[in-house]
Amino acid sequence: MSIEVRNVTKLFGHFAALKDVSLTVPSGELVALLGPSGSGKTTLLRIIAGLETPDEGSVHFDGEDATARNPRDRRVGFVFQHYALFRQMTVFDNVAFGLRVKPRFERPSPAKIAERVHELLALVQLERMAGRYPSQLSGGQRQRVALARALAVQPKILLLDEPFGALDAKVRQELRRWLRRLHDEIGITSVFVTHDQDEALEVADRVAVLHEGRIEQEGSPEEVYNHPVSPFVFHFLGNVNLFHGRIEGGTMHVGEFSLELPKGTQADAASAVAYARPHLLDIDHTPLPGRPHFRATIRHINAAGPVVRVELATGSGGIVHAELPQERYRVLGLQRGAEVYVSVKDMKVFTSPHGTSGAGI
Amino acid sequence: MRVTEPASVRWTLIAIAVLFLGLFLVLPLATVLLEAFRNGAGAYLAALREPEALAAVRLTLLAAGIAVPLNVVFGIAAAWAIAKFEFPGKQALMTLIDLPFSVSPVVAGLIYVLLFGRQGWLGPWLAAHDVTVIFAVPGIVLATLFVTVPFVARELIPVMQAQGTEEEEAARVLGAGGWQTFWRVTIPNIKWGLLYGVILCNARAMGEFGAVSVVSGHIRGRTTTIPLHVEILYNEYHTAAAFAVASLLALLALVTLIIKTFVEWKVQHEH
Repeated sequence: MSIEVRNVTKLFGHFAALKDVSLTVPSGELVALLGPSGSGKTTLLRIIAGLETPDEGSVHFDGEDATARNPRDRRVGFVFQHYALFRQMTVFDNVAFGLRVKPRFERPSPAKIAERVHELLALVQLERMAGRYPSQLSGGQRQRVALARALAVQPKILLLDEPFGALDAKVRQELRRWLRRLHDEIGITSVFVTHDQDEALEVADRVAVLHEGRIEQEGSPEEVYNHPVSPFVFHFLGNVNLFHGRIEGGTMHVGEFSLELPKGTQADAASAVAYARPHLLDIDHTPLPGRPHFRATIRHINAAGPVVRVELATGSGGIVHAELPQERYRVLGLQRGAEVYVSVKDMKVFTSPHGTSGAGI
Repeated sequence: MRVTEPASVRWTLIAIAVLFLGLFLVLPLATVLLEAFRNGAGAYLAALREPEALAAVRLTLLAAGIAVPLNVVFGIAAAWAIAKFEFPGKQALMTLIDLPFSVSPVVAGLIYVLLFGRQGWLGPWLAAHDVTVIFAVPGIVLATLFVTVPFVARELIPVMQAQGTEEEEAARVLGAGGWQTFWRVTIPNIKWGLLYGVILCNARAMGEFGAVSVVSGHIRGRTTTIPLHVEILYNEYHTAAAFAVASLLALLALVTLIIKTFVEWKVQHEH
């Protein structure tokens, strides 16, 4: 089932949690709502579920207006951030709940319910836990019970609020891959909320980045990561270096270097900021012609991990972070305190914080 | 736990606590029983079998039987509203619920006399419709209701606030209706708090003296509850009989304590 959110605004008192937000989720897709806390992502998810009513705008399922539909009639599965398992019920009863509260003429027989519950518990690998209470389970197990419970009523849409938020790093990794596989198996339209960009970029087909109640950018993980449309998206999707400067006659002047901007972008600006991801900076012992570059001193090296992180101080005292492949690091033989040249492979310039006039090189 | 205070301090504190409880709680309770049986078990039973004593027991059970269920309904509704919704006047509602704790029961009784008494605001209208409230059973029930209002709500508000609304929301999304959610999710979650509130409410309803005394009129065998009956007997120097009837209330206190301890033990073991 496809979801369409049209021009939704939601106010809590005087605080606008969502401002004129529109979002389309095609049938069968897995979409991530990514943003910091307070960006409105959970509110948007709750509006899709019917747990909140929008002040303006509408929600459509398969083109049909569902704005006024009761949550119990929406056929959505909702996985709450803190799972919201029924604490007085066993795992089995939790999963069976949605089937047992159906109207009599729709309700499956107890034998059918038991069969379905065991099927779902097998799907989430918790068959042996059927008789336990939620308080006797680990965080990851509770999460899977919540998912099985949501899937029991065969929803057309699956909504997950920070599904891995309360779990430790290792379990998170496993569970998000597992969720992706599960989604591919059952092919249900899914939306999940997260503040973790790695999670969004790894799991989702498409990512919507929210900021202060608006969707700043929407696109494939590749698009939003490589082509951010605003400084906020740049910041939020991973580490970034900032170079403050000014633009004169089509050239950007930063303290350490200057950068010629492509034609057609703004010719003059009193202040502009260039953004470059750490992996798009290169380090060498000699200046490289053809690329903007500047001198810097190595302050710290962290070589543990797939990439080597280098912290450098520029002549004017600014701090720059670069990431190099392990091989390159070994070839260069970098040492703490060494004077090197840093060159910029790619960067993007914004002249306003909302970043409509961005330009890459 | 690590103990830091010297033994002498510990023992002194324990001794003070035990002495205090012994002097002001155990001793009076023991006295009640001793005095009740002073003239032998036969006299004890006779005092309880007296028609006026039986009528007092019946009236007390009736008042509690009406006040407790009404307070359960009101308590759940008020606690639900306060814990799960935001609305203007919420603070005022909480203060109102606590009012019976801060108002002297005698004043509460007087309020009802002023409202429903023969010279009261509604007195003429009630008289015209042949309804007696004051110096009759309805007044006793009303006074009991007034003093017991806070008990159930007070117990449930913190429980419900701590549990939040997520489980109810989960039930709704899973397709449960309002009643299904209430009976299958809300009630099981608050059952121990509710039972706790009910036993405290019941103990107060049966033991209330001040408010009931004002509205009762002390018509023997008709408008006397157990506490009022005890007072009448005592004032007439039937000491043994007074203590015999009073032992019923002491027994109620013991049963209440036992249930209370059991509920607390149960709640601790569930977490």
